Amino acid sequence: MNLDAWTTLLEGAWLTLWISGISIVLGIVAGFGVAVLRNARIPFISQLLYYYTSIVRATPMVTLVLFLFVAAPLLPFDIDRWIIAIVALTINTTAFNAEIWRSALATFSREQVEAAKAAGMTRRLMMKRIMLPQMVITSLPGLVNEMSLLIKSSPAIAMIGLADLTRATNRISAITYEPLPPILAAAALYILMIGALVRLQRVADKYASRLAM
Amino acid sequence: MEFQDWLTVWFHIDRVALGFGTTVFFFSFATVTAFAGGCFVVYLMEGQPTFFKSSLRTLLDLLRTLPFLIVLYLLYYGLPQIGIRFNAWTAGLIALSIYHASYYAEILRGARVALPQGQVEAAKSHGFTSFNLYFRILLPQMVLRSGPLFGNQLVGCLKDTAFLSIITIFELTAAANDLQQVYFIPMQAFIVVIALYWSISLIIEKALKSMGRYAKHRGLSYE
Repeated sequence: MNLDAWTTLLEGAWLTLWISGISIVLGIVAGFGVAVLRNARIPFISQLLYYYTSIVRATPMVTLVLFLFVAAPLLPFDIDRWIIAIVALTINTTAFNAEIWRSALATFSREQVEAAKAAGMTRRLMMKRIMLPQMVITSLPGLVNEMSLLIKSSPAIAMIGLADLTRATNRISAITYEPLPPILAAAALYILMIGALVRLQRVADKYASRLAM
Repeated sequence: MEFQDWLTVWFHIDRVALGFGTTVFFFSFATVTAFAGGCFVVYLMEGQPTFFKSSLRTLLDLLRTLPFLIVLYLLYYGLPQIGIRFNAWTAGLIALSIYHASYYAEILRGARVALPQGQVEAAKSHGFTSFNLYFRILLPQMVLRSGPLFGNQLVGCLKDTAFLSIITIFELTAAANDLQQVYFIPMQAFIVVIALYWSISLIIEKALKSMGRYAKHRGLSYE
């Protein structure tokens, strides 16, 4: 593989990283919102969100990306491909993150909630000062695990013509007629990216279990 | 969304059924082979660590950090360069089986570590061979204890089958794409297909719940 091939590959890796990165950040925030809303047990909205998480968790990323891509022209305005990709990844990861946040909410210690209420804290303040800081630590291993799952399903965005890391291997082999080296190089880059997240997950796990002691 | 468009999907339900059948075939085949492969790999890793065992472990760890599509590309596009050729279906089946076997192995390994060591010693002193010890004493407990994790893995395998459409296999997602391209019914085609994926996942969930009840009944699961 020559310099051009490596440039194409690294550009693909960069696309994978920033599209996944934006979706991860949006998905963690939106997932928290969904979890809190579901926990509030508002009639209708609660059921709606239940079906949202259940359906999205069963929908393959490829199917979701394609669906949004072919449905987008029905909207009255034009949407870029990368926006469709981010929306698809975010819809997917939000559903998983919501479940992680929800289990952190459900297992949060009642004693602390009661103590905070007795001290006259409003719900907002209690969430901000008492619950959220602890929930972040207990949810972090799950959230990091979901990040690596998201990156592993991100090659689906190649379906709509975005040259992500996996797709880049096609472009290179179309020129060099040697598909094996770029695929192995891309695999090595994925191992680096996801390997880093797996490390991070282990650290988060240790930190969380120390807090639980 | 007009009623007529739903009728179009209905008139071409044979295409959807073909895709659905293909997806279910890949999913079931891969689940059986990957599960068997996972069980066998954990059996190979029993006992004192050797060079073979630790390199097998590293290989599996690396496989789990790859996206499924890269493994598929490697088999379908990469290997022909060194003279190993598969057709799309074979490549799909092998890729799904190997990839998911590495996850099953990891789930089972986690369950194996949690089993009490005393059982192994008791079985050995009764004269169990290592094969019987693993497959008749340890494995059933490991499997029954990992119910919820299997659920995620099964749904993950179902979702990975959609990547097969990229290497020209006509499965469920390809069927939806086909219908929407020919008849311009993007919403209807995809809604029907997503509903089908969802229903498979609901069946998986149901099946695992009854497995969980069985595990609890046998005293292998707490909670």
